[in-house]
Amino acid sequence: MNNFEFSRATDVADAVRQITTEPGAAFIAGGTNLIDLIKEGVTKPSRLVDITRLGLDRIEDTSDGGLRIGALVPNSDLAYHPEIAKRYPLLASAILAGASPQLRNMASTGGNLLQRTRCFYFYDTTTPCNKREPGSGCSAIDGLNRMYAILGASEHCIATHPSDMCVALAALEARVLAAGRNGERSIAFADFHRLPGDTPQIDTNLSKDEIITALELPPDGFAKNYSYLKNRDRLSYAFALVSVAAGLEIENGMIRQARLVLGGVAHKPWRDREAEAQLSGAPAARESFMRAAETLLNDARGFGHNDFKIELARRAIVRALSQAASGTPQSQIDKRVR
Amino acid sequence: MAKSSAARKSTAKSSAAREERKKLSLPAKMTITLHVNGVAKKLSLAPWTTLLDALRIHIGLTGTKKGCDHGQCGACTVLVDGRRINSCLTLAVMKDGAQITTIEGLAKDGALHPLQQAFIDHDAFQCGYCTPGQICSAVGLINEARAHSAEEIRELMSGNICRCGAYPNIVAAIEQAMSRKPASLPKGRA
Repeated sequence: MNNFEFSRATDVADAVRQITTEPGAAFIAGGTNLIDLIKEGVTKPSRLVDITRLGLDRIEDTSDGGLRIGALVPNSDLAYHPEIAKRYPLLASAILAGASPQLRNMASTGGNLLQRTRCFYFYDTTTPCNKREPGSGCSAIDGLNRMYAILGASEHCIATHPSDMCVALAALEARVLAAGRNGERSIAFADFHRLPGDTPQIDTNLSKDEIITALELPPDGFAKNYSYLKNRDRLSYAFALVSVAAGLEIENGMIRQARLVLGGVAHKPWRDREAEAQLSGAPAARESFMRAAETLLNDARGFGHNDFKIELARRAIVRALSQAASGTPQSQIDKRVR
Repeated sequence: MAKSSAARKSTAKSSAAREERKKLSLPAKMTITLHVNGVAKKLSLAPWTTLLDALRIHIGLTGTKKGCDHGQCGACTVLVDGRRINSCLTLAVMKDGAQITTIEGLAKDGALHPLQQAFIDHDAFQCGYCTPGQICSAVGLINEARAHSAEEIRELMSGNICRCGAYPNIVAAIEQAMSRKPASLPKGRA
């Protein structure tokens, strides 16, 4: 690791002040991704500002009937929190589909949103990568791109966002609360992460001087009809090739409202409102699910090694929506897909 | 009262050292205390020292293993305040004041921890390199009380890779330890 200074933030204002005064500084909470990036020489902070003693670790009701989750709540505490398990099981399921128990014990809620792609070339500092070194080129487009994006990619970057948790948060329409020099603001989840375009080095719309303080979940958790289905190369402790977060509201066999978000296929959790709109008002049946999959994957494009992901995504969408509709969500213990 | 001349001297000395470091732009070492297996250890560490390196190099407890050093294998698993974590992805300075339990801290009064005994009873290792991490992880697993079946043990032990493939025996060993009364195991906040 490069030699960095270390300091502790005493409160949110102090954290913002410290990050603002030193351009090379970075916040550290769980460190599960950042320490690795520093070890690999991908990130070289001049200072780490420890934010783990700021509090921000509570889960509490909001006035509108939703939940507010402190940015420093560890992933495991969030997944196993009784209110999350009861009211937002889609979120609990997605979290438990990711990483390992040790990493979930360490990783923070806010940090999960800010983790960086696991693109091999981004990590390999001997290869060109526009995300790591803007303008140097993308090694993945003509490289080993089996894990890479099939939606929303650009000629500059075909990396994917690695989070499972974020796929569920996008489906649940969470909001991200951030504090910065200009006060606090609330960001819709769909507007938080970015597509690569010609600035793949910028993952999110959070400014450099801002810190995530909390997430807010709206009251509706799709707790009755949901599923998080994750397809990967081994059954546990692996990033998604394709994952699907599905949430349905069904009345008399008809879909009243649908949420459909994919992970592992794009630079951000991939939500398709057209596909969701198509599902609304349609019968909760296989034909509707297949139509939604067609719509969502209409512009999907492979780069060679990852062509199979398009068909995998199609089938995963239909399967996850079927699981959601029948009230039999994918188990994160028994990995057989039914 | 004026400072004693010794105190003045040491202040002068440390400020000279600070100036020297500034010139070389070397970040200052930090003094922290880790409570390792119940013993307070005062350490002066560079901020980039991982908890794993602090344990192995600075304290000399080499039971905790460095496998991948990237949070992908679990060999470095230790318990911090009762929770299992990857010590290779943890900065030691961030755990100032914490209670750390390593494989060396599990046996009590000359008797093996029930999980250590179970690993022997079930031949739950071959080369043994992943074993300290496996056992610490299993202690964490039992503290968490989320696993109630072999299937759940397998999933919730997935953060520990065994290259020799001793998995069936590892699961059997954990099942044996789990069937004992949990009070015999160290308690954590999870």
